[in-house]
Amino acid sequence: MLCDVCHKNVATVHLTEVINDKVVEMHICQDCARSKAEELKDQLSISDLLGGLVDIGGIDKKELAIKCPFCGLTYNGFKRKGRLGCGKCYTTFKDKLLPLLKKIHSATQHTGKFPASLGKKVSANTKMQELQKNLQQAVQLEEYEEAARLRDEIKELEKKKNV
Amino acid sequence: MFEEFIKNKDSWLNGRGPASEVVFSSRIRLARNFSDKKFPTRASAATKEQILKKVKDLYPRLEKLKNVRFLRMEDVSELDRQFLLERHLISQDHITSPAGKGLIVSNDERISIMINEEDHIRMQVITSGFDLANCWQTLNAIDDELDKFVSFSFSNSLGYLTACPTNVGTGLRASCMLHLPALIVTKKINKILELLAKISFTTRGLFGEGTQALGDFFQISNQISLGPSEKELIDNLWGVVNQLKQQEMEARNALIKKYKIRLEDSIWRALGTLRNSRLITSKEALSNLSMLSLGLNLGIIKGEDLFVQSGNRASSSKAREVINNLIIIIQPAHLQKIEDKQLGGHERDYIRAEILRKKLGG
Repeated sequence: MLCDVCHKNVATVHLTEVINDKVVEMHICQDCARSKAEELKDQLSISDLLGGLVDIGGIDKKELAIKCPFCGLTYNGFKRKGRLGCGKCYTTFKDKLLPLLKKIHSATQHTGKFPASLGKKVSANTKMQELQKNLQQAVQLEEYEEAARLRDEIKELEKKKNV
Repeated sequence: MFEEFIKNKDSWLNGRGPASEVVFSSRIRLARNFSDKKFPTRASAATKEQILKKVKDLYPRLEKLKNVRFLRMEDVSELDRQFLLERHLISQDHITSPAGKGLIVSNDERISIMINEEDHIRMQVITSGFDLANCWQTLNAIDDELDKFVSFSFSNSLGYLTACPTNVGTGLRASCMLHLPALIVTKKINKILELLAKISFTTRGLFGEGTQALGDFFQISNQISLGPSEKELIDNLWGVVNQLKQQEMEARNALIKKYKIRLEDSIWRALGTLRNSRLITSKEALSNLSMLSLGLNLGIIKGEDLFVQSGNRASSSKAREVINNLIIIIQPAHLQKIEDKQLGGHERDYIRAEILRKKLGG
């Protein structure tokens, strides 16, 4: 069997790869395998493609130069590497990141665990979001009694929050 | 270093956990960062050193981290780093640039914590079989305890902040390693992989990101980390894996009904190859071990068939443990650790064949 890549040497290495969610088999020679191994080493991962996901509609130069005051990462730097430099970056690039997070996670609100020190504050917020989500669902399903009950509960919670 | 890991009887390779006929292992990891420090990719060497020191001083005080050791990756030889990767205890990134990086690993290999990888803390719990709840219970407790001593980078709306936006929120990635030979033989796997991608699950090969699907093993994990809670993410993965497990079992039963003799032939031939080879590549060994594992689960091969020649009578669960273990120890760094010397490709194929013959009564 000849190598699938160079079609010259005898194929001695047999690769199975998942490409676009399909299992693809390749039979290649030692030399091509070596270059393939190099390629695998710096293979793109999802996160490496992030840079390409943001700003599909174009961007002006000023925005590229926005710099995080804490770690010094520029927006351009983030676009190139797909990695943020510190927690503060999330605030600095918020306007750009939120649409991206929406694309990746289909969500922009954390509802899971939180550090114990933030306990009460966050749990009220999370509760509020859950109620609002349920309210929306109830309205969509035309369950008006349930919706009314949820609305009252939200009002109640808001009162508590403002105290 | 780490020689005792190879003999470790309680590791995630023991093949004993729930549904281990399909689910090889379960694993969950959490990504965390300290609130007042730049993430490792932007941090100076001095900052990374501070973080390493902070973790080093802290870990002995954690109740949940007993029987562990702390290592600086720079003090670990290249071979040992590769060895840890093959045992799924560290990532590729932790090998290629060890400077400023650290590792805490438990003696039973269940817990491992990478320090200064892409995030300050990447902690994982891995267990054999299908047991995500068990992983989460341990990991969550470690996280709770750590939380008492350090302040994590966290936002009320976005959750735990991570270097890569794909990990933000819970910072959680749960995964299961599945052995799906029957779904592959019956060509159902492609359709399944497409479907999984549509519902936001990622599929990878035996050795994680960017690796091939070797020996019919697939690693399935959640793609999103923000929005659902930790429990929801884990439950969703559980549901998908449970479904896949059933599909695989159905495909296996259908195979044995329809093609019994052909299946038996392939399985016994696989054992023949493993018992008689003098040179064998890891790919060939893996695909034969995969067949052997299938044969064992279908009752075509029994524990005593595997070891009868070495006079070592054994149950099927012992046999599964041996096979699972072989899948890992025939990897290059393991062979070199066992032989205690550098080996070229050809030598490795020779040693690999020798080990397989010895373990499988050849």
